[in-house]
Amino acid sequence: MGYLSNISRSEGDPKVVHPGRSSLGGVDRLVRALGWFSLGLGLAELLAPRQFTRALGMPGQEMLVRSYGLREIGSGVLSLSPDKTTGLWSRVGGDALDVLTLAAAYRADNPKRDNVALALAAVAGIMVLDLIGAQGVTGRHRRASGERRRYSDRSGFPQGVQSARGAARRDFRTPADMQAAPATAALPNGGDLAASTG
Amino acid sequence: MKALVWHGKEDIRCDAVTDPRIEDPRDAIVRVTSCAICGSDLHLFHNFIPAMLPGDIMGHEMMGEVVEVGSGVNGQLKKGERIVIPFTIICGECEQCRRGNFSVCETTNRKKHLAEKVFGHPTAGLFGYTHLTGGYPGGQAEYVRVPFADKTHIKVPEGLSDEQVLFLGDILPTGWQAAVQCDIQPDDTVAIWGCGPVGQMAIRSAILLGAAQVIAIDRLPERLDMAEAAGAVTINFDEESVIERLNELTDGKGPEKCIDAVGMESYVSPWQPDTIYDRAKQMLMLESDRPHVLREMIYVCRPAGVISVPGVYGGLIDKFPMGLAMNKGLTFRMGQTHVNRWTDDLLRRIEEGQIDPSFVITHTARLEDGPEMYKVFRDKQDSCVKVVLKP
Repeated sequence: MGYLSNISRSEGDPKVVHPGRSSLGGVDRLVRALGWFSLGLGLAELLAPRQFTRALGMPGQEMLVRSYGLREIGSGVLSLSPDKTTGLWSRVGGDALDVLTLAAAYRADNPKRDNVALALAAVAGIMVLDLIGAQGVTGRHRRASGERRRYSDRSGFPQGVQSARGAARRDFRTPADMQAAPATAALPNGGDLAASTG
Repeated sequence: MKALVWHGKEDIRCDAVTDPRIEDPRDAIVRVTSCAICGSDLHLFHNFIPAMLPGDIMGHEMMGEVVEVGSGVNGQLKKGERIVIPFTIICGECEQCRRGNFSVCETTNRKKHLAEKVFGHPTAGLFGYTHLTGGYPGGQAEYVRVPFADKTHIKVPEGLSDEQVLFLGDILPTGWQAAVQCDIQPDDTVAIWGCGPVGQMAIRSAILLGAAQVIAIDRLPERLDMAEAAGAVTINFDEESVIERLNELTDGKGPEKCIDAVGMESYVSPWQPDTIYDRAKQMLMLESDRPHVLREMIYVCRPAGVISVPGVYGGLIDKFPMGLAMNKGLTFRMGQTHVNRWTDDLLRRIEEGQIDPSFVITHTARLEDGPEMYKVFRDKQDSCVKVVLKP
């Protein structure tokens, strides 16, 4: 993609010769993959719920599968956004819901019991990845609690705050194109603009 | 050479790239000695600004030493001179430049056809930003080509360190213009949303311009600390209601002047439900920006007051309370900064010791550490306010 985009650059513009290390960590890439997985699964559940209910022996549960699809899409979008920590934890919560739903379907009278067992194993595996991802991004992107730096000595005014107050008023005039409307500009000689135009 | 290159959402890499070459007689090549990560770089980092392409070099706050000049620079710059590079590229000749409206220079955007389609009219070329503003390679690199270099520079007098002058290229004049366009009067209260680097500069500018009261709004204690150090009254919106507190501090009238130094990525919190609405729409690409601060400013600003917007917005916003703004008779002033309009004056103030912008630097790192520093700055880790990189 980078090479393709070079079409839009001029001859003298620098072009990438050798890519370096990314700001994306390993855990960020895992989260991204899980986000896309979530979107894919969510779309499948939304568009083809009957395939799921048939395979899992849960006839009549199409609406439930569709709602889970919407949930997956929501989690996927969140996981792919800068708010990925929330997205990943929402996936972990969703996994727990999936486990409960599948456990309820893992009945002796379900002819597709074996499929349910497989699905449970798959969800457990994904849940482990989600937990690794959620804990990883939480750790990588959180602000450490407790110790913080103090900046109370950083006024930016070498001569002190008191001497800085209004210092620029002595030699700076607001340009004409940036002056405020009379209503909040200074009243002339402390007077009354309404009276002066009256 | 090495440079920080955008490869996609949250994917910045320190790549080996080819060296920039002079391609126009008015170009110069500068060896970058210091550059910084700006808050608006984070909008690119999050891919909220359209028309970035993989392979784009980041960075619009940089300075360094001139190492090569084109034949058309006409002695305005010489090899070996130290310059700060303003983030807005200017020709100095068009009608807008002659009026001092440098950020809407009519000449320097080399991708006018794109900008005309999206903005209606092109704006100035910017370094290290979207292709809507020319897609010029940025300065988070060892070298940068400066187009229109005969005009696009600020010469650095001897005796001043990089740290003292680097921010003349963006955040200092941006904070200054934000305050100037409020036309601050001696009895004004100026409220500033966001205590990031631009907010900090706006606070100091409002103090210098003589506001009776400057109120700084944020949620991060270290940033509020820094604001308080300059003489601002602070409001932590995690702990108190901004609107109630602002009215309390202004005898119920509201601040006359409000500055939005946050822009398109307002902090998302359940206590500000509109931010959740905006975030959801943003994720579904139904809205590009989260304008919570704008809504709050319009609500709390004193009637006939001024709303000044230095914070970057990228596209479309939703639930904008136009009725409130119209009925209250508010004046809106906004825009990218007309950097060179202010820099002679600000450079003099730095030389005279009226202000030293280096106070805002909390982290200095090597260029190679840039990708990691993007993360630290974005996540506000280690009390990070401003990162300076040394190529």
